[in-house]
Amino acid sequence: MSLIHTSRIKSPWILHFDNSSCNGCDIEVLACLTPLYDVERFGMVNMGNPKHADVLLITGPVNYRTARVLRNLYDQVPGPKMVIAVGTCASSGGVFHNCYNVLGGVDKVVPVDVYIPGCAARPEAIIDGVVLALQKLAGANL
Amino acid sequence: MKHVMIIIFTLFVAPIIGGLLFGIDRRITARLQGRYGPPILQPFYDFFKLLGKERIAVSKLQFVWIYAYLLFMVASLLVLTLGSDLLVLVFLLGFAGVSLVLGGFSSKSPYSHFGANRELLQIMAYEPVLLLLAIAVYAQNGSFLISDIIRQPKPLMYTLWPLFIAVIYVLTIKMRKSPFDISTCHHAHQEIVKGVTTEFSGPYLALYQLAEWYEIVLVLGIVALFWTSPLIVGIIIALAAFLLELLIDNVTSRMTAPWMVRLSWTFGLILGIFNIAYIYFTKGVS
Repeated sequence: MSLIHTSRIKSPWILHFDNSSCNGCDIEVLACLTPLYDVERFGMVNMGNPKHADVLLITGPVNYRTARVLRNLYDQVPGPKMVIAVGTCASSGGVFHNCYNVLGGVDKVVPVDVYIPGCAARPEAIIDGVVLALQKLAGANL
Repeated sequence: MKHVMIIIFTLFVAPIIGGLLFGIDRRITARLQGRYGPPILQPFYDFFKLLGKERIAVSKLQFVWIYAYLLFMVASLLVLTLGSDLLVLVFLLGFAGVSLVLGGFSSKSPYSHFGANRELLQIMAYEPVLLLLAIAVYAQNGSFLISDIIRQPKPLMYTLWPLFIAVIYVLTIKMRKSPFDISTCHHAHQEIVKGVTTEFSGPYLALYQLAEWYEIVLVLGIVALFWTSPLIVGIIIALAAFLLELLIDNVTSRMTAPWMVRLSWTFGLILGIFNIAYIYFTKGVS
């Protein structure tokens, strides 16, 4: 494995985007940064800027207003990039799946690499999901 | 031959030292916050990852400026390690800062412009103090040459201790630590969306990080100049100052930009001017 390839796995910078989530999953994403879970020990940093990010953590179902924003954010992340749908709503639309304003899961707008189930997704599950995405990036057999 | 060795050492070893210092910074900061923290080599992982990322061009001009930032930073570090003119070092450091500002201004993003404006304020805050340091060194030694500082048997600290305090203040600004992390910050990644580095991505952000590694070695080198006989004491003082900055970073919160300039100009400039006046008073104007 080359140096750049190893570094990619060791330093995923995360961009957190809230589509139209109930904030349950967002609180759990931020809980990952606290001393209890401390994702920085894996080199994960929560970025506020899509141009610096590698991994998009998306919470909540996509609605007609956020679809454009999400697409824009996805285009601004320089490749190679990973998209992770956090929580049931981001994966499939969840309880909102038939609402008049909701498109559905994140995969209706951008390609998704890893789905993390749960309502709300536990911080352990989110860390597990990011590690799974990194294994996918490393080309491991899953 | 000796000069060639020093140049090679500066070009290749200084960024490694700088990167390790940033790794230690992140680990100690995490421990102070009750976290475990990333590995010491984390800045190098970040650097190589960024090198391997896609190149996205917002404006071609900003790439010129980021290269200029790196080049001037390396040049000013070379001035320090080759023992050349302290005044030239201060001006090259100023040019490096201005290159970064122009890099920020060369895209249309408002966040980038905010960061660039704040970076200009930072330069305004620290440049006069560094200039006063150069003048005070001239008043003390009768020469701007760094090699002359190293040759002096009596360390600068005895007469220039007020300027040392001012330089520690400048160190906080140059290391982008709280309370002066106003243009861009290492920890708060959402603050005005990363300030002056907003529009830099991929390999160009890596170049910015590389320039920062040279920069931290440079500013700690300037701190070490205060005690050059023997030099090891100066290096220990510089490392102690580095640890002090980490503590200051973690116990203070961010202040506003005008507050920084006001404090720097009152506190830093008064210390500097009194110091120079004191040197001329005791030594006499020659």
